Amino acid sequence: MAKSHSAVLAHHFDSVEQQREASSLGMWIFLVTEIMFFGGLFTGYVVYRTIYPGVFAEGSHHLDITLGGINTVVLITSSLTMALAVRSAQLSNRKSLVIFLILTILLGLTFLGIKLVEYGHKFRDHLVPGFGFSYPGPEAGHVELFFVFYFFMTGLHALHMVAGVGVLTILLILAGRGFFSAEYYTPMELAGLYWHFVDIVWIFLFPLLYLIGLHLKGS
Amino acid sequence: MAKHVESKKVYFTVFVVLMVLTFITIQVAFMDLGWLNNILALGIAVCKATLVALFFMHVRYSTRLTWVVILGGLFWLGIMIALTLSDYLTRSWLTYPGH
Repeated sequence: MAKSHSAVLAHHFDSVEQQREASSLGMWIFLVTEIMFFGGLFTGYVVYRTIYPGVFAEGSHHLDITLGGINTVVLITSSLTMALAVRSAQLSNRKSLVIFLILTILLGLTFLGIKLVEYGHKFRDHLVPGFGFSYPGPEAGHVELFFVFYFFMTGLHALHMVAGVGVLTILLILAGRGFFSAEYYTPMELAGLYWHFVDIVWIFLFPLLYLIGLHLKGS
Repeated sequence: MAKHVESKKVYFTVFVVLMVLTFITIQVAFMDLGWLNNILALGIAVCKATLVALFFMHVRYSTRLTWVVILGGLFWLGIMIALTLSDYLTRSWLTYPGH
């Protein structure tokens, strides 16, 4: 559906271009607040890992590198399909936009499903702080601290994924109705920025949580 | 952001590079390289994040104002981590009676 120029442009902007830039900049300012939001957890992680490096590596041993690795691949693939979805909107290709949005949503749900399985394993192994946490050895308290960071960081990330899937579902319905075109695709662009941001957070969480103890395994 | 439609080839190339970097970071993590482990893990993560931002998030074609906002945000994150560590890492430097 091609909207006319005037239908797309809000009266307080000079041009469609300026309107698009303003939206994009606003989204980036929101993402900067998100950097600081996650940043608090990252700072706490850095402080405690600096104080207890060995124990954090030991706690990291109990994470599933296979599931974590698969999830990394799933999330990066979802970023690709999201980028292609935005591109489809830019080209007014409604059919491929709908297909790529569905793929992105499915990949997002796959990530959350795998995360849920991982959380299930942690409950089974009594590694969830506050829910019958038990760990042998004198360092139990500090291992528990590692898992506090694990659950808060991945939990906050997963919460962002849930919100992202919700937003994409709404956009999918709108896309199906032909709401987006080369002339107006701002919601797609902004949802893309959000989705990729959440991907970037995981790109840092993966090495910081899953990879730090691998080279010490068995020693 | 000025409208710029990236070619599919660019997106797929970036995707392949991200996959290769993911593979490398996992392989490297199994080797005991001492302090290099941390540097490599974080260095690769920074590379991946930069690729996602530049290409998938279209930062490459964004206005300078957008660049200032992003770099400003990262700078503030740096301040938060650096000043917090400057406290925690220096606490043991001074000894005082009774401790």
